[in-house]
Amino acid sequence: MKRLDTGGRIDRSKPLSVTFDGTALPAYHGDTLASAMLAGDTMVVGRSFKYHRPRGVYSAGVEEPGAMVHLRDGNRHEPNARATVVEAFDGLVSSGQNAWPNVRFDVGAVNGLFSPFLSAGFYYKTFIGPFKNTTKFWMMCEAFIRKAAGMGRGTYLEDPDHYEKRNAFCDVLVIGGGVAGLSAALAAGRSGAKVILAEQDFELGGAVLSEPIGGEDEAWVEAVLTELQSMENVRILTRTTAFGAYDGDVYGLVERVSDHLKAPENHQVRQRYWMVHAERSILATGAIERPLVFGGNDKPGVMLANAARTYLNRFAILPGESVVVCTNNDSAYETAAELARAGATVTLAEMRASVPSSLTHEATEAGVSILIGHAVLEARGKSRVASAVVVPIDASGQASGAPKTIPADLIATSGGWSPAVHLWSHLFGKPIYNEDAACFIPRSEENHKMQAAGTAMATTSLSETIEQGFDQGVKAAQATGHAKECGARPDHFMTGAYWQRGIEPIWAVVRTNGKCQGKAFVDFQHDVKISDIDQAHLEGYVSVEHLKRYTTTGMATDQGKLSNVNALARMSELRGMKIPEVGTTTFRPPFTPISMASLVGHEHGKHFRPTRLSPIHHWHVENGAKMTEAGAWMRPWYYAEAGEGLDEAYIREAAHVREHVGMVDVSTLGKIAIQGPDAAEFLNRMYVNGWKTLQVGRLRYGVMLREDGFVMDDGATARLGEHDYFMSTTTANAAKVLAFSEHLLQTAWKDLKVHVTTVTDQWAAIAVAGPKARDLLSNVFKGADLSREALPNNHFTYAKLDGVAVRIHRMSYSGELAYEVYIPSGYARAVWETLHEQGQKYRIKPYGTESMSTLRIEKGHVAGPELEGRTTMKDLGLEAFASSKKPFVGSVLRKRPVLEDPERPTLVGLEIDGATGAKSGSILFPKTGETKGHGDGWVSSTTYSPALGKNIALALLKNGSSRKGETVRVVNFIGNETLTAKVVSHHFFDPKGERQNA
Amino acid sequence: MIRIKCPICGLRNETEFTYGADATVKRPEMGEQEQQPWVDYVFNRDNPRGWHKEYWHHVQGCRQWVVLERNTLTHEIGECKLAREVEQ
Repeated sequence: MKRLDTGGRIDRSKPLSVTFDGTALPAYHGDTLASAMLAGDTMVVGRSFKYHRPRGVYSAGVEEPGAMVHLRDGNRHEPNARATVVEAFDGLVSSGQNAWPNVRFDVGAVNGLFSPFLSAGFYYKTFIGPFKNTTKFWMMCEAFIRKAAGMGRGTYLEDPDHYEKRNAFCDVLVIGGGVAGLSAALAAGRSGAKVILAEQDFELGGAVLSEPIGGEDEAWVEAVLTELQSMENVRILTRTTAFGAYDGDVYGLVERVSDHLKAPENHQVRQRYWMVHAERSILATGAIERPLVFGGNDKPGVMLANAARTYLNRFAILPGESVVVCTNNDSAYETAAELARAGATVTLAEMRASVPSSLTHEATEAGVSILIGHAVLEARGKSRVASAVVVPIDASGQASGAPKTIPADLIATSGGWSPAVHLWSHLFGKPIYNEDAACFIPRSEENHKMQAAGTAMATTSLSETIEQGFDQGVKAAQATGHAKECGARPDHFMTGAYWQRGIEPIWAVVRTNGKCQGKAFVDFQHDVKISDIDQAHLEGYVSVEHLKRYTTTGMATDQGKLSNVNALARMSELRGMKIPEVGTTTFRPPFTPISMASLVGHEHGKHFRPTRLSPIHHWHVENGAKMTEAGAWMRPWYYAEAGEGLDEAYIREAAHVREHVGMVDVSTLGKIAIQGPDAAEFLNRMYVNGWKTLQVGRLRYGVMLREDGFVMDDGATARLGEHDYFMSTTTANAAKVLAFSEHLLQTAWKDLKVHVTTVTDQWAAIAVAGPKARDLLSNVFKGADLSREALPNNHFTYAKLDGVAVRIHRMSYSGELAYEVYIPSGYARAVWETLHEQGQKYRIKPYGTESMSTLRIEKGHVAGPELEGRTTMKDLGLEAFASSKKPFVGSVLRKRPVLEDPERPTLVGLEIDGATGAKSGSILFPKTGETKGHGDGWVSSTTYSPALGKNIALALLKNGSSRKGETVRVVNFIGNETLTAKVVSHHFFDPKGERQNA
Repeated sequence: MIRIKCPICGLRNETEFTYGADATVKRPEMGEQEQQPWVDYVFNRDNPRGWHKEYWHHVQGCRQWVVLERNTLTHEIGECKLAREVEQ
């Protein structure tokens, strides 16, 4: 390999520092990493997945199966980068992967010796068959195999770069910036339609970029580009891959904004994910050349013919000095001629039995020696190609004469072309087989919003490609209502032989015994040999989908871009059928690998889901609260005093509330304003209890069921006015209750004149609980009569503090004398601080969710752990709330026989023996017998009770109500711990409720 | 990704909506005491191939429930109406 002194689309005045495995590569601006590798004669750049065979640069595009490398280092390290699409930049560092100690000498290559054991389905046969009951052995082997057969390694460091997402809307999305795409964009652009043109390369021109510089075609591209760039309605995105086509005319694109830089420039993103909504799209994605199957066809030095041409013309590299070109179609002739003209000795093995002299003329003139009816049987050489074994073949690719060895450092192959139909296939499924071009193409249907043009539709000349692209552009413009004249088609230009004219579908070259000579690969990335396909067929595999999964052909990161047709062709040959009868597998997004980061964008960490903060949040943080997550909310968990951990703090807080007074931020409760003349009727239907008799100025606890009769939520609702109610829900179910209410009001209960609105964020709430609560609040809210007579339980009143109007509900969750103060959110912190300050003489302390939970468990109130979607009112001892006089949501289905089963676990209290408490989720078993299976129930909530001086728990226990006094075992299978406990009433503390009625 | 033409907000992204329920199922009258109609309402669903009607909630928008026609075979989107304007 050598870099030529002239030519190419590289800028020799801008040398770049690029390294591979520590060695500097001679790179220029305009190179890819792969072209820099070839210019530096770096032949072995990777090791294969299974056998660790040395692999080199095979292609010049996204289909690359071999040149997979580690890119960059530190926190920008990236595995499995395809060197052929990595744009060279100054400071680019790359290294080999899947090899130890390096890709040139790899210990793992010993796997190749075991290849007879690593054939298709070896996992299943070896480890599922005779060893099927030896899980541990299997696991050990699995770990070893996974390590030995692998891809690159990622980094555990955090990505330092930003990624973003954006939506875009256009009339016409043109996918591919080659001749067809440019023609389409030109037509659509002229009509005035809004056009987005996406090209994955960093340059526009497509196949023209592989042509010699200074040609007519280059001028054509220049002219079209100049016109496109002058149009305000056309947006051109380079370095942008359309990776998926989705329902609803949506396309996923990833723009590699800064991948060609060492690091993104100031404030720029690394990659941008475009979600493009396009009325019409034109698939101008071109075609990918197919390899030929022969022995050693994976060796470094074997390359696709058009890739060799691309390296010659685009990157000014002579990819070989002794070249054997092998082809079954016309497209490789230009490669042969141009390589010869550049100074290489070229032999062309023409697989077809006869070709016209008009085809061979140019190549012969250039000095290419042509062997008609010949093919490469085997590539020889240790870690790179040294010679090609060429044989005469018959029409099926079988050797028909004596082989001869030709010295070669490059074998360039062309097995025809596969249109890149992937995105079409995402929308419409299986493509159809075109016999003439021997390839799969999109089905063209008038009503499809995506139409293909150019070589993606197997056009056979550049003029046809321009015509088709332009015409599809016109059609798309008209379909989106842009009738403006699109003007004339840009001039046609002609080149010599064009792609895969006259293809003879010969895919594999075999010996007289029908076998390839040596290892002949179908899928290079997954090391699937043609013999693996044969074996799968022998074992009875007929479906291509099964074939794919059994042999793993097409399942590597290149998704079978090179291997697909060769594998199908072999299968169809073995089955004696034609390719379309055997069918093809389905393409799925993404077209090429895309980074997870581009899809995630900013939505990670705290940006993944917004964190909700109470308006008092910052006070808690400033005053030493340990915070905890409750759904999307952050809540104070406990306020540790000097030297306290969680246990000391919550026990102290809970005891303090029962002795003095405490305050807790309950702003996270869901709050819903329910307004309208039928509000009471609405509540009557939603809640199990009755609401028609609730007077203004009062509130009531209520229970809600789901439609299927299970408990959904509970909470208190206050009647603020004649038609004005204020509902509170649990923190967790606020959104669910609101959406459910809206659904019923807008569908089944359209007759009810009720409006529901969330006011969760508008109102903050502070619960003040403890024997001193009344004294404290009366002192703070002067003028409010909070006496037992004026404000009994389940009543509310209004008060003012420094001009702030608040509402004080009297109700208790803790079992103590307690109030909830509802405050407009903006004033919540001020009111909290005033209460805290003026409460000092009553020894007020803030308390967190942990002690709040302790207090409610002591009282036997249910909360989230009990309202978990599998419990009924009956299970939870709430049945007394249900009205028998009216229907309500779930009133019929809650009586399903299975829910009335007396055996169902019901709510009980447990007094745990010993000094350690029970773990939530522990399973309950009778005192004796085996501790296996689901037991008799489970522990739902657990705490140490300072009021009782013991560990207690709420639990659901079969026949719970009749088992009071019984001793049960509490088994924590995770911690492998068994405790004993006494079954008691769940109303542990002050069962008559005297304290809250004080 | 589909887009839904909300009668209040116009053409909006699917991500603003949540799927709610099968809109071809009628909720029994409140006074219905038999279990079977409720069992049918809550649990029993047809699984049609082709056009279907579904309740979607414009939860990140106007919070209206809509009845959306959707083709279960092609994922095509048809007419979208406010649930309150559709006879149940």
